[in-house]
Amino acid sequence: MLALVAVHALTAVIAPGLVRLWGRNALYLVALAPGATLIWALTHTNGVRDGTPVVETMPWVPQLGLELALRMGTLSWLMVVLVGGVGALVLAYSARYFRTDDPGLGRFAAVFVAFAGAMLGLVVSDDLLLLYVFWELTTVFSYLLIGSDPAKRASRRAAMQALLVTTLGGLAMLAGFVMLGQHAGSYRWSEIAGNLPDGGYLAVAVVLILLGALSKSAIFPFSFWLPGAMAAPTPVSAYLHAAAMVKAGVFLVALMGPAVAGVTPWRPVLLTAGLITMFLGGWAALRQVDLKLLLAYGTVSQLGLLMVILGGGTRDTALAGAAMVLAHALFKATLFLTVGLIDHAAGTRDLRELSGLGRRAPALAVVAGLAAASMAGLPPMAGFVAKEAAVEALLHGGGPDLVVLAGVVLGSALTVAYTLRFLWGAFAAKPDTPATEIAPVSWPFLAPAAALALAGAAAGLLAPAVDRLLAPYADLYPSAEPGYHLALWHGLTPALGLSVLAVAGGVGLFHLLRRERVRATLRLPFDSATGYTRVIGAVDRLAVELTGATQRGSLPFYLGVILVVLVLLPGGALLIGAPWPQRFHVWDTPLQGVAAAVVIVAAVLAARALRRLTAMILVGVAGYGTALLFILHGAPDLALTQFLVETVTIVMFVLVLRRLPVKFSERPIRSSRRGRVAIGVAVGAVTAGMAYVATGSRQAVPVSVGFPDEAVSYGGGKNIVNVALVDIRAWDTMGEIAVLVVAATGVASLIFRRAGDLHRRADIPGSGRAESTRPRWLTTGATTRAQSVVLQVVTRLLFHAIVLFSIYLLFSGHNAPGGGFAAGLVAGLALAVRYLAGGRTELNGAAPVDAGVVLGAGLFVAVGTGVGAMLLGGEFLQSAVLDFHLPVLGHVHFVTSVFFDVGVYLIVVGLVLDILRSLGAEMDRQSETETETAESREKELV
Amino acid sequence: MSANLTYVIVVGVLVAAGVTLLLERSLTRVLMGVILLGNGANLLLLTGGRAGGAPIVGTTDPEQMSDPLPQAMILTAIVITLGMTAFLLALAYRSWHLNGHDEVQDDVEDRRIMDLAIRDEGPGTADIEGGTGDGDDDESASDARPVANVVEAGRAG
Repeated sequence: MLALVAVHALTAVIAPGLVRLWGRNALYLVALAPGATLIWALTHTNGVRDGTPVVETMPWVPQLGLELALRMGTLSWLMVVLVGGVGALVLAYSARYFRTDDPGLGRFAAVFVAFAGAMLGLVVSDDLLLLYVFWELTTVFSYLLIGSDPAKRASRRAAMQALLVTTLGGLAMLAGFVMLGQHAGSYRWSEIAGNLPDGGYLAVAVVLILLGALSKSAIFPFSFWLPGAMAAPTPVSAYLHAAAMVKAGVFLVALMGPAVAGVTPWRPVLLTAGLITMFLGGWAALRQVDLKLLLAYGTVSQLGLLMVILGGGTRDTALAGAAMVLAHALFKATLFLTVGLIDHAAGTRDLRELSGLGRRAPALAVVAGLAAASMAGLPPMAGFVAKEAAVEALLHGGGPDLVVLAGVVLGSALTVAYTLRFLWGAFAAKPDTPATEIAPVSWPFLAPAAALALAGAAAGLLAPAVDRLLAPYADLYPSAEPGYHLALWHGLTPALGLSVLAVAGGVGLFHLLRRERVRATLRLPFDSATGYTRVIGAVDRLAVELTGATQRGSLPFYLGVILVVLVLLPGGALLIGAPWPQRFHVWDTPLQGVAAAVVIVAAVLAARALRRLTAMILVGVAGYGTALLFILHGAPDLALTQFLVETVTIVMFVLVLRRLPVKFSERPIRSSRRGRVAIGVAVGAVTAGMAYVATGSRQAVPVSVGFPDEAVSYGGGKNIVNVALVDIRAWDTMGEIAVLVVAATGVASLIFRRAGDLHRRADIPGSGRAESTRPRWLTTGATTRAQSVVLQVVTRLLFHAIVLFSIYLLFSGHNAPGGGFAAGLVAGLALAVRYLAGGRTELNGAAPVDAGVVLGAGLFVAVGTGVGAMLLGGEFLQSAVLDFHLPVLGHVHFVTSVFFDVGVYLIVVGLVLDILRSLGAEMDRQSETETETAESREKELV
Repeated sequence: MSANLTYVIVVGVLVAAGVTLLLERSLTRVLMGVILLGNGANLLLLTGGRAGGAPIVGTTDPEQMSDPLPQAMILTAIVITLGMTAFLLALAYRSWHLNGHDEVQDDVEDRRIMDLAIRDEGPGTADIEGGTGDGDDDESASDARPVANVVEAGRAG
């Protein structure tokens, strides 16, 4: 079974290609997939009839206990036959229905066969979660099939309607499945059925599942989507209405019926909703002038009838229901295909325009007549057998059953009436309408419909055989007395009498309604489609109001909301519940007070500054002050890094600020400024309070208490902070350098405007590789007006010393302050100095490599270190300590995490280089180009 | 552990100044706010560990060492701030280059939705209005109809 589903999926994938190769004839090939399903099911007929279901299981997600559990019992067998058989015939029909140059043909073939596959999976799923997956797949594929013409509004609307309604029901159903599954401890229906919960819990689950089944099968109040789905091409409608999609809900009800029919809401819900649907659908069908819509409302009515019969909850109703499912699939598919044929041959399916078709296309009329007879419940068709069985089963029930019986008979009369309307409308010669001109119908086009119609007749004639095939399903219901048997002739029973009554009533109704005036009174007082429109409209409005109220589009507003919440909740908790510690000290050393004063003054002034440069310098001072605090705290690594970062930051700011206006814009309006300061002060106060309470309340021993020993014994280094970075918390550092690479890439892509420019040195004249002669040491390159030759020469002298120092920092960092970050920043500063002194030519001379290459190399080395450790049998990024003697150097103490630090170093250098190239060199180039353009324009003007 | 009041006050002031700048519209100011806020957050982390000598084995007695763990965290934070500063600066420059200023503008799409809400209208995105498939063949061109019309039709239907 799994293989068959896979065959459908595979066919769906290759179908567009086949269509491109062979045009519409490829559909015959595609039909082989459902055809194979039919044949496979038929070969298992005997086993299924003898009550041995075909079972297949395969593990799916073992951790969740999910498995692909498939099971084909009698009911599933019937559905598989219909899904495969009708699917194959409809595809064969489509091979003549569509034109080869139809642009959507490949897509249609693929989606249709995928839909058939999903339906197949649905009806053989034993695991309810798997069933749900297939259920939603049919929803999605039907959405694609109904909306097959995206250019038409009606098509899109119908598809969306079907999708929303059935998905909503599907979600409710899933909730019901989960309720049952959690209780039973298994999601396999064959196990759940024997282990049901009881009371209200089961009732709720059943109602939820029914919501899914009823919405899928277009039962009131969800029936409106099905007539809308008429926007689909006729073959799709035929399949959707006969064997697939709407039959999924019927199938689910039939599947669960034997286990849950006794649960309180099951029967009342099904009987009420079914009867209402039956009447509304039949009523509406009598009003239609479009043959296809007439059939669609007919389907709604028939689905209601099916729910009523299957909801009956006895052995005999189940048997009647199964027979009805079979009969309905056969006649409804035939009738839809016939409408498609008429539409093709006559160019219309409006029954007011058709006339005399019966005489001109007799074969077509016979095929349609056979199917219509089955629909109306006339012998010897399958529809008659099924309806007899239903009436007979209901006759033997109690009081409520008789009410239902009356409803069914009345519904049958409606059915007869609209069947006659269909036949009359399609084929009769109407006196006041000229005979319709039709194109001849080719036999391959008619054959699938004829086959289905004949199958319907055969199923009626061979009723005892059908009875033996379907009885094992009905026998799942406990039954005291010997059950009913399907047959054409039971003698002159009351059921036969009721059938005659229904037919007579139908004929009478049809003749009454031929008068235009009477039909006009048929308007329904209400329409559930209006309800749908209102609900969807209200949801849209609600979404707009909610979004409009919360999504103001203003970043300061969002931040303000977040910060105010921060002040109110944690701040409130701080005020109300926090244990304010009594122990505190003013400072560790008075020098901290001095540094703190510097930071505080600088920060406050920075917040008030109006000029960009002033603000930038003050922020820098605050940063250096923070570095001082780090030193006084006993954190030399932090202080070193902070100093270097602060310096690089200032360089970056200077580079960018030279292009921005001197003052901040006038935007901060006085009134809103007060609000911002108030929020700022409040957040600051809350943070300070949290800092005080958190530090003062701390009692546990710090985790870092063991770090000194571990750093030496495992990490092989004495500088604990550095060992923490490259070993103890190396994963953290790995993430961080990845962020740096991303940031550098982002900077470059924001500044370099064309993709080609990202080769950051290619377009710069005089850059390393492009130059034929090697630049000589201490010669100045092309100096421009603003650059000092002296400064250039001095920086060149210093450059190598600084780089050497950075390498020293890198390698000594494991045992003394330093490490990859600090060292990389030092090297970066060396490059910055070169750039500041001599411009971009000088920068290219100093670092004739692409920043991206440096970044990539760094990431490669860092990850490589980690992977290398894994390959040698350790953890990712685990470090090893090597001690050995070298002839000249003496004792060497080597730790592999140095490689990781080298990677960090390269990435930091790459980042700074990238910043200098982007915010420096490229911005220079852009401004020069602009100046040149402006100058040349001026010259032209002169 | 006893709290260091100096740190507590510096953290408070840095955060207050940072948040005030963060709520501005000028991207440069926002960036400066982020930097100040970052320094404040780093110091907040630092208060979590005790002060002492440099955490280097051999130079300081482990009993006297400052707590190395917050330091390692802060170190990465400092460098991340550098990357973020560079990115925001590039963003500010780009904004200036394209728009002539470096201000964070209101989101246009959000504004449009707010206007819809004020006018009491729906988004008009779903094809919801009208009856069932009665063969209405209006082509996709009709999608170009203004939102208001679609909504009117929806109310009528």
